[in-house]
Amino acid sequence: MIIDHPLLGPRDSAEFTYMGDARLIERPSPDAEDAAAAFYEYAYLRDNPAGLHRELWFHEAGDRSWLVVTRNTVTHEIAKVELATDVARAKGRST
Amino acid sequence: MMRYSGLRVIKEALSGHKGWWPAWRNPEPAEAYDIVVVGGGGHGLATAHYLAKEFGQAKVAVIEKGWIGGGNVGRNTTIIRSNYLLDGNEPFYEMSLKLWEGLEQDLNYNAMVSQRGILNLIHSDNQRDAFIRRGNAMLLNGADADLLSIDDIKKRYPFLNTQDARFPIKAGLAQHRGGTVRHDAVAWGYARSADSRGVDIIQNCEVTGFRIENGACKGVETTRGFIGAGKVGCAVAGNSSRLMSLANIRLPIESHVLQAFVSEGLKPVLPGVITFGAGHFYCSQSDKGGLVFGGDIDGYNSYAQRGNLPVVEDVCEGAMAIFPMLGRARLLRMWGGIMDMSMDGSPIIDKTHIDGLYFNGGWCYGGFKATPASGYAFAHLLATDTPHETAKAYRFDRFETGRMIDEKGMGNQPNLH
Ligand SMILES: Cc1cc2nc3c(=O)[nH]c(=O)nc-3n(C[C@H](O)[C@H](O)[C@H](O)COP(=O)(O)OP(=O)(O)OC[C@H]3O[C@@H](n4cnc5c(N)ncnc54)[C@H](O)[C@@H]3O)c2cc1C
Repeated sequence: MIIDHPLLGPRDSAEFTYMGDARLIERPSPDAEDAAAAFYEYAYLRDNPAGLHRELWFHEAGDRSWLVVTRNTVTHEIAKVELATDVARAKGRST
Repeated sequence: MMRYSGLRVIKEALSGHKGWWPAWRNPEPAEAYDIVVVGGGGHGLATAHYLAKEFGQAKVAVIEKGWIGGGNVGRNTTIIRSNYLLDGNEPFYEMSLKLWEGLEQDLNYNAMVSQRGILNLIHSDNQRDAFIRRGNAMLLNGADADLLSIDDIKKRYPFLNTQDARFPIKAGLAQHRGGTVRHDAVAWGYARSADSRGVDIIQNCEVTGFRIENGACKGVETTRGFIGAGKVGCAVAGNSSRLMSLANIRLPIESHVLQAFVSEGLKPVLPGVITFGAGHFYCSQSDKGGLVFGGDIDGYNSYAQRGNLPVVEDVCEGAMAIFPMLGRARLLRMWGGIMDMSMDGSPIIDKTHIDGLYFNGGWCYGGFKATPASGYAFAHLLATDTPHETAKAYRFDRFETGRMIDEKGMGNQPNLH
């Protein structure tokens, strides 16, 4: 698989480490009333779809940036690659 | 049911093989069953067999979207063993190994259960300590375990590269009762036995939804219409998340692809199963002569039943590190199957929060060896509504309550289990 890195261009997926569903960016608040339940869902439950999946890849053997890759889990076709920091900031996070 | 025997083979050979008939029926689905099992893989078919034979359940159907045995039960590398460390696992896998030992008699079917032994290679002193601990846990649970010295290993497997500068082989933990089984025959044997006890095996029938009324499951919607059920048990391995999402259930599971490889046929060279302890590589030789081997999962969510090349390279590097002779053999075939990788690397056999809906899954890359015990335990749960003694730890709520069964200590990262 080739991942088209937004800064570095096309790179072999073997340079990356896979982390899983990009929802991991949306860490629940530890201060919320339902924090225990929210963290259980955050840490353990997954949609695991057959089809488009937004997922985190870490460019370990490269520039060490985190990417959000939108990939079809049936065909391995990659529809979109974003920097995870951009995705997180768009959600109002500071980093 | 027509009984199979040596005598029968001779009789048929002398009479032109005209007396064999199909090993199971191909029935139309009935309107309703007491128990519907979704998924005609090893686990679903074993569940049906034990439901009928051990728990006296007659009105049972197995519903399979393709053909039985076309999923992981027909794609795996056929290794059976009970060399687990943790209390939640070891009694279960040991029960499974015992069931394997009596399987062919139980099913009257030649599943080619071959206890040729499995050897886990040890490459460092720390690894030796860890394996001794594991071996002791196995012995405490009534399994067999044997620490082999490097001299024992050289005698048994003279072709191993024991002198590798980076990963020298120091010792090995053997389970002599481990081995391999003809995977397709497991599906067919369970299917034949279940069918003969009245279970309907319905192929080419995909479950597309659950009918849930007032918090209770009343049956399944399928591509061949609605089928009513008192209880529904789901055992669809790599498709677990897809199926359970139809009941709005999110699972602690990711689906990943695992590849397997077979070399051209060779004369007998490898008497047992060997696993590399410094990388991820395991190998056995099939009765046809092909070296059957595999390694790591590809590492990212996948529903494609084929893998990518970096893992092929990694597996072959592992092979060359311990079996340099394998470099001369040509690869004949390779394929992939979809693993239901759970968050702690261990399975789930449990009720869901919906009445009458039960789940069996999260088998990762190790569910073939579990087939008999999984079927038995799932049948127990479906028939009695209580977990089987050996499967009590395989609950959904263990992730919420912190009772993970994490053999490798990797945490909630399915691609590392
Ligand atoms: C390459 C590879 C090597 C492996 N090696 C080993 C090994 O050496 N030892 C070991 O112990 N384990 C091994 N495994 C794991 C083992 O094969 C699986 O854990 C086990 O087979 C899963 O259970 P099953 O047999 O019931 O699954 P499957 O055979 O996959 O059965 C599930 C069935 O459900 C059906 N299904 C799915 N969705 C629906 C639906 N909506 N409606 C109706 N039916 C549906 C599927 O078509 C399928 O037939 C390996 C797996 C692979 C892929």
